[in-house]
Amino acid sequence: MSNLFIPNPKEAESIHILREVAAQFEKPVLLFSGGKDSITLVRLAQKAFYPARIPFPLLHIDTGHNFPETIAFRDQLVEELGLELIVRNVQDSIDQGKVTEERGRYASRNTLQTTTLLDTIEEFKFDACIGGARRDEEKARAKERVFSVRDDFGQWDEKNQRPELFDMLNGKIHQGQNVRVFPISNWTELDVWEYIKNENMKIPSIYFAHKREVFFRDGMVWTANQHVYRDNSEEVVERMVRFRTVGDMTCTAAVLSDADTLEAVVDEIRLSTISERGARIDDKRSEAAMEKRKKVGYF
Amino acid sequence: MENRKLIKIATAGSVDDGKSTLIGRLLYDTGSLTSDKLEAIERNSKQRGYDYLDFSLATDGLVAEREQGITIDVAHIYFNTDKTNFIVADTPGHVEYTRNMVTGASTSQVAIILIDARKGVIEQTYRHFFISNLLRLSHVVVAVNKMDLVDYDEEVYLKIKSDFEELVAKSDFTTDQITFIPISALKGENVSQKSDLMNWYIGNTLLDHLEVLEPADLQESSAARFPVQFVIRPKTEAYHDFRGFAGKVYGGNLKKGDSITVLPSLTTSKIKAIHFFEKEVEEAAIGSSITITLEDEVNVSRGDTIVKNSDLPKSEKSISATICQVNAKPLKVGDKYTLQHGVNRVLAKVESIQGRIHTDFSGEEASDQLKLNDIGQVTFKLSKAIHFDSYKQNKSTGSFILIDEGSYDTVSVGFIN
Ligand SMILES: Nc1nc2c(ncn2[C@@H]2O[C@H](COP(=O)(O)OP(=O)(O)OP(=O)(O)O)[C@@H](O)[C@H]2O)c(=O)[nH]1
Ligand SMILES: [Mg+2]
Repeated sequence: MSNLFIPNPKEAESIHILREVAAQFEKPVLLFSGGKDSITLVRLAQKAFYPARIPFPLLHIDTGHNFPETIAFRDQLVEELGLELIVRNVQDSIDQGKVTEERGRYASRNTLQTTTLLDTIEEFKFDACIGGARRDEEKARAKERVFSVRDDFGQWDEKNQRPELFDMLNGKIHQGQNVRVFPISNWTELDVWEYIKNENMKIPSIYFAHKREVFFRDGMVWTANQHVYRDNSEEVVERMVRFRTVGDMTCTAAVLSDADTLEAVVDEIRLSTISERGARIDDKRSEAAMEKRKKVGYF
Repeated sequence: MENRKLIKIATAGSVDDGKSTLIGRLLYDTGSLTSDKLEAIERNSKQRGYDYLDFSLATDGLVAEREQGITIDVAHIYFNTDKTNFIVADTPGHVEYTRNMVTGASTSQVAIILIDARKGVIEQTYRHFFISNLLRLSHVVVAVNKMDLVDYDEEVYLKIKSDFEELVAKSDFTTDQITFIPISALKGENVSQKSDLMNWYIGNTLLDHLEVLEPADLQESSAARFPVQFVIRPKTEAYHDFRGFAGKVYGGNLKKGDSITVLPSLTTSKIKAIHFFEKEVEEAAIGSSITITLEDEVNVSRGDTIVKNSDLPKSEKSISATICQVNAKPLKVGDKYTLQHGVNRVLAKVESIQGRIHTDFSGEEASDQLKLNDIGQVTFKLSKAIHFDSYKQNKSTGSFILIDEGSYDTVSVGFIN
């Protein structure tokens, strides 16, 4: 037994937020992508409710273009912690004709996820969706509240957000509305990595340097794979790479790296001169790509 | 996370005084702007035909903000130096968005109030200083900006400083809580590098000053308060009889063995154990999100407050508070709201409005309502007693929000007298 417990203020804040979610909502769900941020959320939720189980299920919107390593990791984590996992597939939304697959060089299922997500919220009547977005990721995200109220269409009204004062969270909503909750809003990418290291958490292997078949386009490193469009002129080579975020293969670029331990990854992030989202092909589409996606119900 | 000092800052001041530019400059100077973000700023500045880098683009993230060149809502920005982690709430200066300044400042310890050297102390300056005073921030930095546009003239700076000092004298701040620095956010003078153009100024640069601050959170010196957020009942074999009370510690530390009282029931017991995840601790410091168990089978639910026997808070069904209206719908006598005090909710009725306060410290005037961005003294009658401290003693148990019963919006914030 240690003597005086001094909290990590960001961790304490996140736990406080997760407990508010469990108390204020009837059907919360944790959106789980298998990435480092959602893995961190799961750890924080364990801490918030220990020794009880996490009082909400995980939801994975599977684009079908995930890295297989991420899916294997997800299943193992769920099994080890005895969590409830719901999976819904973008492929089903495509088959039902609700969305149309993108074509061409930059085709990705990233935007299509929104429809599947909104349908799933409707199906289960989820009133709060917990996500791992952070304000340091992107300039529109920097404007987001911790409890972000969305209307029936999942839309974000960026000019009319509820003020959040001190640590008081107002989760009162009308039928049909729901709230997106961001417990690690105030964490930076480095905070997350240092936390993963200090907690000695397991993460998917693609975060560590490994050999992979890749090709280069627009100064970025793309995975060579059947899901990723590639011109014949784009030559495939083998390189040591790792990923800084694990979105879809189609919208997540790799970085050349030899960092194969958590220590090395933390050191690399600390010295990095390019942001995490710099490797997100979906954000490069336009200056306001993120804001536009959020307005129509994207996370 | 490494153990760097964490300092939370809000920007303040009138529209176009250069708040966002200053924060962008701080990011740039501390090497926190990654190359892709810097490229985006360069590209955008060029597109707009500027011959300089518009650093406000680093924080003004919404399309509407970039179109109009103003900040509308708070942006939260993170950067660090070797010694310190900073969280900055870059708030809007426009009067219409004063509520967003209040929001940003509520989670901060320090305000940087910018003043345009050409304009001097103006209405928004008083208002934001008044709010900093109301919120009892621990330090205020008055940055006299755009010194490049007044030829770095010391006289201009001294005049603004002495005007501002008159306001300080009327406030609750002591002079050592206020620091004046002449800067040019755009040119980077006295931001992180000492300016050669203002040799008459002998103090620290802004960044050096921020790094040496030791902001004291007010609540650190008062009595321990533990508002219960959630009751943890695992109902598993291993923890069959476990009943833990989860919450965050405010005001003072909690220790195993402390004699406690549960409010409102007034039942007493002792702290049996303090849990943080898989470990047990002897004592939990302020700010810990922990779970405690009690020696006796006491009835405790969400919204109850656990306190030490030696230090009971006030319990009343009628409260007086300074209200800041953060919604377009005005607050009127007779209105009913949900009052959220920490994690507890009761119903509240507006009994009387004593008046609207002038934010230049010149007193108040009679008013039967508080409109958006107004500040006033209000008395409420509550459906049930709440257990509180004055805001002066404890920021967390001394503040509340009002929620509109129709829209469910947060319409006011209150600071209990
Ligand atoms: N010459 C000069 N111009 C400056 C300086 N600081 C800011 N500006 C300019 O002043 C204008 C307004 O700057 P912003 O940073 O957007 O002002 P703000 O205080 O954030 O404005 P709001 O957030 O809308 O209240 C921009 O055109 C800046 O380039 C300075 O030190 N010198
Ligand atoms: Mg601004």
